[in-house]
Amino acid sequence: MNTDLLVPLLAAAIQSGTPILFATLGEILTEKSGVLNLGVEGIMIVGALAAFVCAKLTGNPLLAFALAGVAGMVIAAGHGVVCLWFLGNQVVSGLALTIFGLGLADYLGTPLIGQTAPGFGKLSIPGLGALPILGPIFFQQDLLVYLSVGVVPLLWAFLNKTRWGLNLRAVGEHPEAAAAAGIDVLRYRWAGVLGGGFLVGLGGAYLSLAYTHLWTSGLTAGRGWIAVALVIFAFWRPGRALLGAYLFGGVMAFQLRLQAIGTHVPSSLLLMLPYALTVIVLVFASWKSRQANAPAALGINIEPQD
Amino acid sequence: MLSIHAYKRQEPLQWSSGLILLGAVALSLGASALLLKLHGKPALGGISILFSGAFGSLWAIEDCLIKAIPIFLCSLGVAIAFRLQIWNIGAEGQFALGAIGATWAALSFPEMAWYGLLPLMAVAAFLLGGLWGLIPALLKLHMRANEIIVTLMMNYIAILLLDYLVYGRWKDPLSFGFPMTPEFSPAAIVGKIGTTNLNWGLVVCLVTALMIWVFFRYTRLGFEFQAAGENVRASRYAGLPYRRLVCLAMLLSGAFAGWAGFLEASATINRLQPSIMVGYGYTAIVVAWLARLNPLTIGLASFLLAALRVGVENLQLDLQVPAAFGGIMEGMILLTVLAGGFFMEYGLRLRRSP
Repeated sequence: MNTDLLVPLLAAAIQSGTPILFATLGEILTEKSGVLNLGVEGIMIVGALAAFVCAKLTGNPLLAFALAGVAGMVIAAGHGVVCLWFLGNQVVSGLALTIFGLGLADYLGTPLIGQTAPGFGKLSIPGLGALPILGPIFFQQDLLVYLSVGVVPLLWAFLNKTRWGLNLRAVGEHPEAAAAAGIDVLRYRWAGVLGGGFLVGLGGAYLSLAYTHLWTSGLTAGRGWIAVALVIFAFWRPGRALLGAYLFGGVMAFQLRLQAIGTHVPSSLLLMLPYALTVIVLVFASWKSRQANAPAALGINIEPQD
Repeated sequence: MLSIHAYKRQEPLQWSSGLILLGAVALSLGASALLLKLHGKPALGGISILFSGAFGSLWAIEDCLIKAIPIFLCSLGVAIAFRLQIWNIGAEGQFALGAIGATWAALSFPEMAWYGLLPLMAVAAFLLGGLWGLIPALLKLHMRANEIIVTLMMNYIAILLLDYLVYGRWKDPLSFGFPMTPEFSPAAIVGKIGTTNLNWGLVVCLVTALMIWVFFRYTRLGFEFQAAGENVRASRYAGLPYRRLVCLAMLLSGAFAGWAGFLEASATINRLQPSIMVGYGYTAIVVAWLARLNPLTIGLASFLLAALRVGVENLQLDLQVPAAFGGIMEGMILLTVLAGGFFMEYGLRLRRSP
């Protein structure tokens, strides 16, 4: 394949991988605190809608982007209330949140279908953007792509190098021991849920502000679930999440290209690719890692002490 | 200073589960009324349309029962897997595969008499739906792949497979380009009961539920299911064939959802088309949890959530409220019931803090 085809494809891979990257990083943060939040798909689409509406009303995409994070936090707080306060089953609560979020975004978004909103355009980095091949792939993206890449080392440093991050991980691994060491366990779990919800909401905003600029029903199309799978693929490490997200972005961009140039393969079969790949990647990651990297107390609620 | 303090009850409060459900529905209705109000629609009027639309006439109640059939069957299947703590989120895809299997039989043997064709369609739906459930079970047991994600991804794949078939291979040449198969031959259509609008699928549902109830209550294998679900490790030490139980559970789980797809294609739309996928498989998860996995209560809960769908359809017609309103309510009811479950295990008391 020549570079004329490959370069735009790789650039598009990064673009379609970015929303998944935000969501995967968010879910890593939540799961590291020991909370399994399967509501990613629902949180993401509410974030996308909040960003879209805000951008349309204010014309300020940056404000819209931040608001999507807040909207994500608000929806994720529902999971926190049910699981952290009322000890509800985390798997079922996350599913309920997805059903709720998809319903809410569809309900509020129906009048907006087909409308456009101002979003982010390409931003070439001076100097680097002019590089051959690498420039168009990495350095002529929109602002949010650079931001998402910046979150990767930040999250890594937070989880591994700061006291708060280490405490959060302790709560996810062994809440009783953490509580005995004087850590306010619930507070860290709340931080994990809300912080994760914020990042997932940002992932949704990317879809409506930078990926499409257009509101359609079912905008997320399973990307939230792919993010949940990628957390396992990434062994709960932010760096591997970057790799996984761009891999999926690549497959999505590739199948879109194939549809656009009009192959004989029906589009419904091409659309299956990312979902089939998720299963394959998950199977191999699980087989290899034997789940050893999963936080030990993931999905287990903390009972109130007498 | 007084503070609220939770304490664990000696015995879970069994009788409170009905009350919790009632409270959850009331709370969700209240929040939905607020949502309608914010949207500039009459709040109380909307809720009353919701109720009268679902229960206001014999025709409406029939419609609720018809919609309850696929939800009931999917939910029975989901509950079997949930009992073993296997999170089968794939009823939607298993439903699609069942519909595909039944359609294959109906289109391949258009000349066959009904007493041969209907059982063949049921078997095809059972096998394909069951296969779609078995694959994630095998991947979980042999490769430790998380079944939640695998079943969910297989939903997307199943729906796209259905699209592929009705847009391509199985498309009716006389459909003016609409994605649908030709109408089934009369022998491939599950008939109506007497002069009602209800089809015999309702009886299939009730018999299946009764059989599952008997199975869990009175058979050895059913008992093994219960035991394995309550404690995986202990059941392994006790020599229960855990792997085989998981495979059987997922096979049946998928097969029942497959039957729902078969009945929906055959009895309700009389052909296969993309509009057959309306999310019954996801509603089934809500139902299974609301009914606390009990096969008989699942019947009642299926009827209630089917009634919600019928009520929302009326809301859509009368007040132009988007159909997604139903999803919002389903999600809220499930979230509030989950939270309410706390009060079965825990009580609250006021305590003077130092």
